[in-house]
Amino acid sequence: MRKEPLVSLRNLSVKYPTRAGVLQGVSDVNLDIYPGEILGLVGESGCGKSTLGRAIMRLIQSPGYISDGQIIFDGDDLMTFDREDMRRLRGQRISLIFQDPMTSLNPVQRVSDHIIEAITVHEGVVNKELLRERATLLVNQLGITTECLDNFPHQLSGGMRQRVMIGLALALKADLIIADEPTTSLDVIVEAQFLDLLKELQRVFGLTILLITHNIGVVAQIADRVAVMYAAKLAELADSTLLFKDPLHPYTQALLASVPNIRLVGDDLKIMSGSPPDLINAPLGCRFHPRCPQALERCVSDIPPFKEIRPGRFVACWLYDGNRD
Amino acid sequence: MNKSEQNQNLVEVQDLEVWFPVQKSFVDRLFSRQRRYVHAVDGISFCIRRGEVFGLAGESGSGKTTTGRAIVRLEEPTNGKIWFDGEEMGNLSGEQLRIKRQRMQVIFQDPYASLNPRMKIGDAIGHSLEIFKAATREEKRVRVMKIMERVGLTPTAPIYEKFPHQLSGGQRQRAVMARALVLNPDLVVADEPIAMADVSVRALLLQLMLDLKKEFDLTYLFITHDLATAKYICDRIAIMYLGLINELGDIEQVYKKPLHPYTQALLEAVPAPDPDARREAPMPKGEIPSAIDPPSGCRFHPRCPIAKQECEEVEPELRELKPGHEVACHFAEQFL
Repeated sequence: MRKEPLVSLRNLSVKYPTRAGVLQGVSDVNLDIYPGEILGLVGESGCGKSTLGRAIMRLIQSPGYISDGQIIFDGDDLMTFDREDMRRLRGQRISLIFQDPMTSLNPVQRVSDHIIEAITVHEGVVNKELLRERATLLVNQLGITTECLDNFPHQLSGGMRQRVMIGLALALKADLIIADEPTTSLDVIVEAQFLDLLKELQRVFGLTILLITHNIGVVAQIADRVAVMYAAKLAELADSTLLFKDPLHPYTQALLASVPNIRLVGDDLKIMSGSPPDLINAPLGCRFHPRCPQALERCVSDIPPFKEIRPGRFVACWLYDGNRD
Repeated sequence: MNKSEQNQNLVEVQDLEVWFPVQKSFVDRLFSRQRRYVHAVDGISFCIRRGEVFGLAGESGSGKTTTGRAIVRLEEPTNGKIWFDGEEMGNLSGEQLRIKRQRMQVIFQDPYASLNPRMKIGDAIGHSLEIFKAATREEKRVRVMKIMERVGLTPTAPIYEKFPHQLSGGQRQRAVMARALVLNPDLVVADEPIAMADVSVRALLLQLMLDLKKEFDLTYLFITHDLATAKYICDRIAIMYLGLINELGDIEQVYKKPLHPYTQALLEAVPAPDPDARREAPMPKGEIPSAIDPPSGCRFHPRCPIAKQECEEVEPELRELKPGHEVACHFAEQFL
């Protein structure tokens, strides 16, 4: 049986007022993240996946704002939290890892200072030697050598910096790690090493990770469940194996067909027609209908609900409505 | 080299080296230490056949981009020779080189950065026609419109008047392609041309590149870190590591049976979009070492799972183990 979700998003919407009109960054998203899972969130640029990740931490930059919905984290509705509550939560229970760790690490602090600070925040230990020992132990688990502890962030490679970021999340014993394109700036071998590490840490520490990426291969390699986002809305959510084997939403189908697969021989890339919609004047009905090869009449006018059509399989598409499954 | 070979190869590269001097620090100067160099490209030889798509792949810092730049002489080779269509480029004077450059064009990764933000798209595409005085003003407009249509930048008339920021990413990449093709080149060096595009646009641009190649009789040097994409466009591929070519062959040969342990790891590392094909094999430890003091012998030996004493001492030569399939590894026979 499923455990209680760690995070539940209910009808979450984010809006950005612009001169040309209101842009919908995230539109009516319902999503549960369960403890101990790696949930992959995929989509093309501009689909709102990063905005969704930031919205969970209530880090939407002004003039953008969360216009609607609830963010339930471990039983609490974060929308009712004040500034100070949020600050504490961000530091201690939710960690955010970005594509470029250089922007998150303090350039004038050594790696050890970062990690020791994180441990202190979490536990308030003051014994310097003990702290140093703990930090050493921690980084060794991450495949960072002890010498790296005394380095500054700029002296490390991209892969090492990303490991340090994970180290900070571990030191804080964060309940949820939101990783936004963590491997996008890494070379394939380093990326593979990093994914191995994430998987290992998930196994050992039971980490809960929301992995946001445009790289469908990365998600296929390590995610337990996958959510597909299109034009600010969730299109589909399923166990990783099922989603790749039997994608239901026409967008997921088209997306997967256009991903190059290095393991296949002599296959052709399928081309998806059209381009993603403008989110200020999003199409009525299903937002994918102008590009959808299977669009029905009602897709043009009615918004398909994001529904669980089989246990654990969610899809927002009229093709799977009622008895049409 | 005989005549027929010359005809077959559009570009030949022999023992190419490109080194960049490292700025001396104050301490270095104080002790008058020798100037050090980044060995970006450290002695590679290969040829690009007329009409093929030749891939140059590797991780960042492997020297693939520098090689591409050296071929069009955006980088002065430290050593080695490059022939373009049978003529050695090193012998050309500045003016001769300039003329020759009409026949080779470059497409860069970032279409934002390679278009002048204050120049109309049509003018940007036709700029090289002006530079080479290849067309009158009226001719220019006609030729630009024609090429825009071929790359799918339609409707041509309104887009001609637009500025780069008014176009979408995909359109901008098309504009860059149109600009490369307007002079009717023989060789197009495409450096990560689609790395910025989304998956759904990527397939489209790849197909466009292949269509244009056929239509314009082009030869591509396709530089990429994305081995999955390379599979769909390249005829042959060279895998680079720390300034050297480790393996070179037909794309199918190399992908089906990679002979170099580095190529094997690299191909293994590419995440396949298939949860049933999750990678089990361990990755080589560590990262690419510095190109200032590359490791002795085989440059991959500190990370190689099958390295032996010999690998540390002797640099392996690129040797042909199967027809058309070359590999630089002392112990590659076991993978045949």
